Order: sequence, then C-alpha cells, then structure tokens
Amino acid sequence: MRLAVIGAGAVGRSVVELAGEYGHEVVAVADSSSAVVADGTGGTGGPGSDGRAGVDPDAVAARKAERGIVGDDDPADALAADYDVLVEATPTTLGDAEPGFSHVTTALERDRHAVLANKGPVAERFGDLRAAVDDSDGEIRFEATVGGAIPAVSTVEDIEPGHVTAVRGVLNGTANFILTRMAAEGLDYDHVLAEAQDLGVAEADPSFDVDGTDAALKCVILANVLSFGAVDDPTDAREFTLEDADVSGIRDVPGSALRLAAEDGRTVRLIGEATGEAVRVAPRLVPENGTLAVSGTQNIVQIETSHAGRLNISGRGAGGPETASAVLGDVGRLE
Amino acid sequence: MSDRRDGAPEAALDAEDAAAPVDGEGGDAPSPDGGHAAATPSTHTVRLELVDEPGQLLAALHPIADNGGNLLSIYHERGNKTPRGRIPVEVDFEATPERFEEIVDALRSEGVNVMQAGTERYAEEVTLLLFGHLIDTDLSDTLSRIEACESASVADVSLAAPQGTEEASSARLRLEARAGETEAALSAVRELATEKELRVVEPLTGVDA
Ligand SMILES: NC(=O)c1ccc[n+]([C@@H]2O[C@H](COP(=O)([O-])OP(=O)(O)OC[C@H]3O[C@@H](n4cnc5c(N)ncnc54)[C@H](OP(=O)(O)O)[C@@H]3O)[C@@H](O)[C@H]2O)c1
Repeated sequence: MRLAVIGAGAVGRSVVELAGEYGHEVVAVADSSSAVVADGTGGTGGPGSDGRAGVDPDAVAARKAERGIVGDDDPADALAADYDVLVEATPTTLGDAEPGFSHVTTALERDRHAVLANKGPVAERFGDLRAAVDDSDGEIRFEATVGGAIPAVSTVEDIEPGHVTAVRGVLNGTANFILTRMAAEGLDYDHVLAEAQDLGVAEADPSFDVDGTDAALKCVILANVLSFGAVDDPTDAREFTLEDADVSGIRDVPGSALRLAAEDGRTVRLIGEATGEAVRVAPRLVPENGTLAVSGTQNIVQIETSHAGRLNISGRGAGGPETASAVLGDVGRLE
Repeated sequence: MSDRRDGAPEAALDAEDAAAPVDGEGGDAPSPDGGHAAATPSTHTVRLELVDEPGQLLAALHPIADNGGNLLSIYHERGNKTPRGRIPVEVDFEATPERFEEIVDALRSEGVNVMQAGTERYAEEVTLLLFGHLIDTDLSDTLSRIEACESASVADVSLAAPQGTEEASSARLRLEARAGETEAALSAVRELATEKELRVVEPLTGVDA
C-alpha cells in the first residue's frame, strides 16, 4: 500500500520509519507547515535510497530533527498525493475535530482509505464519518485510537459488536502511572505528578489525561463501535460524543484514599466503561491483585461477550512504535 | 433515596402471580422432617438466579418440595437483575439441616444456580471510598443516612484524616446490601455524596476483576 502520513509527531514518524517493514511504501509526509511528496509532483524526497519510489524515511527523520520540517512542499501537496491510504496522525481535537476530520474526508472523497491514530474524528463525529464512508469506495480504520498497541477495536469486530455487552478497562497510561505510584509510595497526587512530568510520562499540562478526557474519548469510540456495529441501518444507531460521557478524573484523589484501599486489599484505577448505551469514566475500587489493576503505564481492555465470557488484553497503550504498529495493522487489513 | 426501592418483599410476595401454583406445590410435599425424627426443622433462605422464562420459578421449586422442604415464602425480584442478567429469587423454607443439604444439592443438580444458601438478611457486600470534607459535612450524619436507607447497612468504617479536620479526608465503607439491592444502595450513596460535595470511589460491581 502507498501511504500518505499526515502528522510527523511521535506516531507519524514511527509509521514512516516502520512502514517498509510491513511491506508498505510512504509516498507523502506532512507536518503542520511542510510536506514531502515522493511521486514526482514536486517533492524533494525523491526516490528512496533503496531505489523504490517512496520517500526516504531516514531523510524525513533527519530533516524533522534538524530543521523542524519534513520537506519543502506544502502540506496540501501531501493530501493531494497519489496514495492508497491516508494515515491521520495530527493532534486530537474536540468539537469539529479539525483538521483531522477534513483530512480523512478528503481521502474518502477521492475513494481512498484512511487510518486514524487521531481520536477526535471518531469520537466527536462518528456519524459524519460513517456518512462519508457510505459515499466512498474507501474505508476507515482506527485501531490505534483505543489502547495504542492493544487490538481492542478489531477484537470487538471479530466477536461482532452485537455479541459484546460491554468493554471496560484502564485506557490512560499517565493516570494509571500516577495512581500506581501514589499507592506504592504513599505520596500525594502533586508529588507524583511532578515525578511523572520529569519522566516524560505526563505532559506539562496533564489535564487531558488526569481529568479522564482521553480515556473517555477512547470509551466513546468503543461505544460508537458497539452501537453502530449492532444495527443493520446506521440511522438506528445511537451516536456518542464526549458530551455523552459521564467523566470524573483522578486529580483530587487523596493519598489517604489509596492507603485505605490498600489496607483492604484493594486499589484505585481510572476505569472506563463503554456499552452501546452509556460511557462512564471514573476512579474505581478494584482488587489490588486483580486483572484490572495493571501497573505503571500499562493499559488493559476487558471485553464482556454474550457467548464467550470475558476477554482481557493488556499491553502498551501509547508510544510511537506501539501506536504505529496498530496503524500498520489497520493498513494491512485494508489490503 | 431508600423509598425508590422496587417494592418491599412482603408486597412483592403478595403481588407475585407465581406464588399461587407454589402454594399448591407445597401441599403435595411430604411433611417436614418425615423420616428423621431426631432433627428439628428450621427456616432456611436460599437465593436462586433464574433465567427470565416462563416455568423457571416452578421448576426451581420442585427440588425443594420433592426433598421435604416446606415452602414458606418466595421473594421474586423481577425488577432486579443479577450481574449475569438473570432474576434473583429468594426462597424461604423449613427443613432439617440434613434435608437442607439435600435440597441445595438437588437444586444444583437440576441446573438451578444457587447463589447463596443461608440465613443472612444482607446478601451482598460492597466496599467503597468516600473522600472530601467528610468531617465538615458531618460524617456521622452521612453514615446514619446511609444506614437509614433500607437497601443497605453500614458494616464497617475506616477513616483517614491525615491533615486534620480542615483538609480533605477519606473513608472506606463496607456496606451490606440486601439481595439484589447493591445498585440501589450505591445510588443512595451517590446522591448523598452529590448533596454534600463528597466524591465516591465506587467498586466495579458484578465484575470479579
Ligand atoms: N502518542 C501516542 O502514543 C498516541 C497513541 C494513540 C493515539 N495517538 C494520537 O495520534 C495522534 C498523533 O499523536 P502524536 O503523539 O504523534 O502527536 P504529536 O507528537 O503532537 O504530533 C502531531 C503532529 O501533527 C502535526 N500537525 C499538526 N497540525 C497539522 C496539520 N494541520 N497538517 C499536518 N500536520 C499537522 C504536527 O506538526 P508539527 O510537527 O509541525 O507541530 C505534528 O507533527 C494524536 O491525535 C494522538 O492523540 C497518539
């Protein structure tokens, strides 16, 4: 498959780097201010050093590191390039979910596929996306949006959404790291947050993670998969957005609450739950040694099925290569 | 809060249409303690989990009557569902200890799921955390209001107020909820917490994670 990678952050750069290993070719890369297009439409990337027609991943990485750009083209050129699959890896935005939403619909209008790492469009405008897919020969996939490397969406699809009664889990590594450290060290939130920021586990503004928004977006996406997947006619499906989620975060959980939980063999985890009817994210009490009490930045997804009991999948919920592996898995499913 | 329950057991029993054939069934049962002169019958409660299909209740009652149990009452909680989506039914009957064992075995071998067999009134236990200004918002009032809710009673409280009474403190509460009423108990706590601006960390119920 020929890929256009939109967004050259941790995820986009890893997709560019690893695509060759999966047998795909990157024909265009864009960041917020520049692009490189390899197919002779004015690109500076030119044929890769291995003689293939794609952009040279090393050259892209080097330019991004040294000059902060990926090439001398305009980002719009990457969108117009001759690709089979557009990889959307720009920042997750809420509300209209732009520019990610338009990047995806541009691909669909051209009857190309799109694979998203960006949660915004699938969480905030699932119905609009479905409508755009219906009018296109292209498809969308978005495994990377939920639980990074964990195959949550495709497992739900394999089981069939109509036979999945609920999906729950730990879907934010930053919040989980903080709760794990608070419990282990008996420290308060502020101390552990500072430590997490030093380690690069939490961002300077950690709100998205610690207030539960990120986990809620993932659950909203799962709720959409369950709701739309269970009906024949999409107009019968209930569409979820972040507004439909009941969300509370971990910011004010005192260290004393974790100590009380530990005395009783329990701990607190930020648990997200999605069904085709509701989305809820909140700190919850779970058994200290239970399946859901994953530690550090680990994530876990627990799928409740009608005929096959419960499935648990744990793993790395974030990171460039981890997320890129989910993106490239999706690309493979589109072949 | 507590007045939002789906109906008291007494009312449910009276209204329960399935209760009629049950009485007839009970009449056919051997008199309690038939061949076991030595043991005295006592009252037992079993909690069963039934699939919501016609005839299920009756099928579940046969093993009790057929093995010498004397049916006393049936509380069919149609409004509630167990975590597996089934209907919880509480059955009280008289039997000798020996017969009681046989009845539970017979129920299980008939494929009836016996969730609990015993005599406790509170069948479900739930542990949760509360945090916030617990002291300023009158902890004892909070506890007695939970206690006043018919669904649950407070079995155990642990408090941690590390920064003195001014700062946020935490409490761990163990509640005992009536059979099938854990959700009602939790929503009572939730409402109370909202009113007092406290935060609740609920357990994941129905998930033995
Ligand atoms: N990181 C993870 O582990 C992970 C996991 C799952 C999902 N995701 C999602 O994947 C997406 C990318 O994540 P990331 O960590 O790689 O983010 P990031 O490091 O912030 O990178 C975002 C990239 O998007 C580019 N960009 C912004 N606006 C653009 C535009 N209009 N056109 C083209 N490019 C634009 C940025 O350009 P500049 O470089 O010029 O600023 C940057 O290269 C996000 O939506 C994120 O939520 C990430």
